[in-house]
Amino acid sequence: MFNSLKIAGAAGTLMLAAALTPASAQMHNHPAPAGTLMLSPAWSRATPPGAKVAGGYITIENKGTAADRLVSATADVAGVVEIHEMAVIDGVMRMRALEKGLDIAPGGKVELKPGGYHIMFIDLKRQLKEGDSVKGELVFEKAGRKPVEYRVMPIGARGDMSGHKH
Amino acid sequence: MAQQATVLRIIRWGAWALIALLTAAAIYVLTRSEPPKVAIGGPFTLTAMDGARVSLPDAEKGKPFAVFFGFTHCPDICPTAMYEMGQLLKAGGSATDDFRVYFVSVDPERDTPEQLRLYLSAFDSRLIGMTGTTDEIAGVARQHRAFYRKVPTPSGYTMDHTATIYLFDRKGSFWGTLDSNEAEAPRLAKLQRLLK
Repeated sequence: MFNSLKIAGAAGTLMLAAALTPASAQMHNHPAPAGTLMLSPAWSRATPPGAKVAGGYITIENKGTAADRLVSATADVAGVVEIHEMAVIDGVMRMRALEKGLDIAPGGKVELKPGGYHIMFIDLKRQLKEGDSVKGELVFEKAGRKPVEYRVMPIGARGDMSGHKH
Repeated sequence: MAQQATVLRIIRWGAWALIALLTAAAIYVLTRSEPPKVAIGGPFTLTAMDGARVSLPDAEKGKPFAVFFGFTHCPDICPTAMYEMGQLLKAGGSATDDFRVYFVSVDPERDTPEQLRLYLSAFDSRLIGMTGTTDEIAGVARQHRAFYRKVPTPSGYTMDHTATIYLFDRKGSFWGTLDSNEAEAPRLAKLQRLLK
């Protein structure tokens, strides 16, 4: 729906995300090959008390020659997990569930990040606190089920240097 | 043939009449002394997160304030906007001590005063949650020309909503906006001008 808003993949985001992740997290959270898919370290953000939802973020790169598709996801903290896209258009925030999933074109890279695509954790079972980790799976049409571990960053984190301006 | 000519004549007259009308309207707009005023904002009364009914701008007693429309089942823009607003207020120093930001829920079905209180406790104490009946929220959104809409999802629903922060001056008149796409420096400059 917001195809025109798809952000062109910024080179180096994957490395930057890796560089910003504490070493302990990198041990088991470095870019992991999922068949021909490369997954960046996954992350989420701390939630305010009472919040029932949170976003999960990751960059998925397709090194192969065939298209794949992220069709669903699970997470241990959430009763329901959906794949969403959001955008602010003319000052209005719009969010939609991607019921058919998210295409990962061959040679392409899809960034799930604040202000755009995200894994939506719904019916949160507990408050996410900075430093926590959330275990889950991403399910791809071709690559199958891939385990991911989201590192919980502070509220307001953007996943790049701009989130650490203070 | 004759009938066709009549129709064309009517269209021609109609067009001239329209031009005359538009010219008159343009002259009126350009020459009247009062600038055109777009009324955005209150007065309105909603239920604050402590359960009290609060009327704006009266409750602010002549102080500037801000209004944001959001909801607590919002994974991204609402917590980000509230976090950044808190950072902005801190950056503004003591001048912002009495500046309140009203977070008006566009999801009153789920956002009770208690839910708002819990949620906003993660942020700056100058953020005040507001909710009300669906009719009250619709009315306040209309006053602010704010858009919101319930959107079904496989597991329930989410809300589309205007994500602009509205700023009001000492008289309670609409003064300007803060946009999440703006960098902190221009947002801080605006806030400081408003508070001067």
